[in-house]
Amino acid sequence: MPYRVPTIPALSAAGVQVDGITRSAFLLRGTLALAGLYGAGAVGPFVGRSLAQAEGDDGDVEILNFALTLEYLEAEFYRQALDLELSAEVGALARTLGAHEAAHVSALTESIEALGGAPAEEPRFSFPIGDEASFLELALTLEETGVSAYNGAGPLIVSPEVLAAAGGIVQIEARHAADIRRALGEPQAPEPFDPALEMAEVLDAIEPFVQS
Amino acid sequence: MLESKTDQSNRDGDPALEQLARDPSSRKRFLSAVGGAGAVTAFAGLLAACGGDSGDESTQAGDAGSEGAGSEAPSSEAAPTEGAAATRQTNPDPKEGTDDLQILNYALSLEYLENAFYAKVLEADLFTGSTLEAIKGFAQNEREHLATVLATVEKLGGKPVAEPETNFPLGSPTAVLELAAALENGGAAAYLGQANRIRSKEVLAAALSIHTVEARHAAALNVLAGLPPEPEGAFAAPAPMEEVLASVQQFIVTP
Repeated sequence: MPYRVPTIPALSAAGVQVDGITRSAFLLRGTLALAGLYGAGAVGPFVGRSLAQAEGDDGDVEILNFALTLEYLEAEFYRQALDLELSAEVGALARTLGAHEAAHVSALTESIEALGGAPAEEPRFSFPIGDEASFLELALTLEETGVSAYNGAGPLIVSPEVLAAAGGIVQIEARHAADIRRALGEPQAPEPFDPALEMAEVLDAIEPFVQS
Repeated sequence: MLESKTDQSNRDGDPALEQLARDPSSRKRFLSAVGGAGAVTAFAGLLAACGGDSGDESTQAGDAGSEGAGSEAPSSEAAPTEGAAATRQTNPDPKEGTDDLQILNYALSLEYLENAFYAKVLEADLFTGSTLEAIKGFAQNEREHLATVLATVEKLGGKPVAEPETNFPLGSPTAVLELAAALENGGAAAYLGQANRIRSKEVLAAALSIHTVEARHAAALNVLAGLPPEPEGAFAAPAPMEEVLASVQQFIVTP
């Protein structure tokens, strides 16, 4: 049964410490490191938004905006895939997964607004997909990155409601990864433990698809 | 590639599992149908060892039949402008009274069950080809989950819960795939149900990395059992500890 990301009253989580640093500093460090690598403009609107958010106190909003950007990316990816000539089975998969990602976008947007935050704007994306094979290959990359991004961000989340909501989303991302692997004829659970990625690593992975 | 046909005539399994197969959104129903809400007595030892939930999950989103409850409770009871203090008063903390060791022992008991199940399935020699390879892979994953959770309990100074004696009804290949799917969907929901009750960030990170692998197993087995990989749609629902323990009680042999 689908459930919505809970509506959460505004929190003031000033100075929350994660492993000795504030989460704002953690997030800033990640985005600044990325900006150093690519130049702040290269990663598009998300970094600017993220830096602005990091000046506030609510780290959960920053994490939700990070997740929102990933969901924007995935939802737009599946939208663009529908322009390709796909087999009936893969086309149906793209529609189903795209509908899930669009629902994630809506839920995260509502959750950010409920927390008193400003949802990140949707960047413009471009994907190097021209046929079913390139679609499935990139779909696998994006879904696996999504799983690792949520798993990496999970321990940084303060609000139990936000953590529960993120968990309800990442479980679906993992199922998507298994779906894409099935379509590719690859093992659906190749490792016993899914890896976690830090935010900077995730931004690194998606940077090629964000148009500056 | 599917060795076991999924046509209805081939089904001779548990009626509850057939119902699960017919109703893709019935994971919750499965959990109650096969376990029974109060059927925890024979599993009381494990439940006691695990501590059990105190019903905190009822305040979270995702309970069957109460869609929207999670979004109504905080917004209607908390004053949004009063900040964190007010939030804590009106939102029961899922971590209140929890103990990571209890949660880990709960996870350990579920991993014991999954390991015993896959061992018995492989012993029964029901599958060939890609389905067999998939099941072997899932079994290997579960062995590693078991070893890791067990080692974590010991590392934290806890006493690992004893391995339960189990009994799984293995019928036709289709029925076995349906049972496997039910166990893995339940396992994923069980980990999800504990995520925001875990105190240690390290334990949480480990649980999350197992949770999404259980989800992969569930998606794969759902398809093999003729179900949609995401029966609940875009958002997965958590299952509270007592509900899960009640649902698996039927697989535990009581002394």
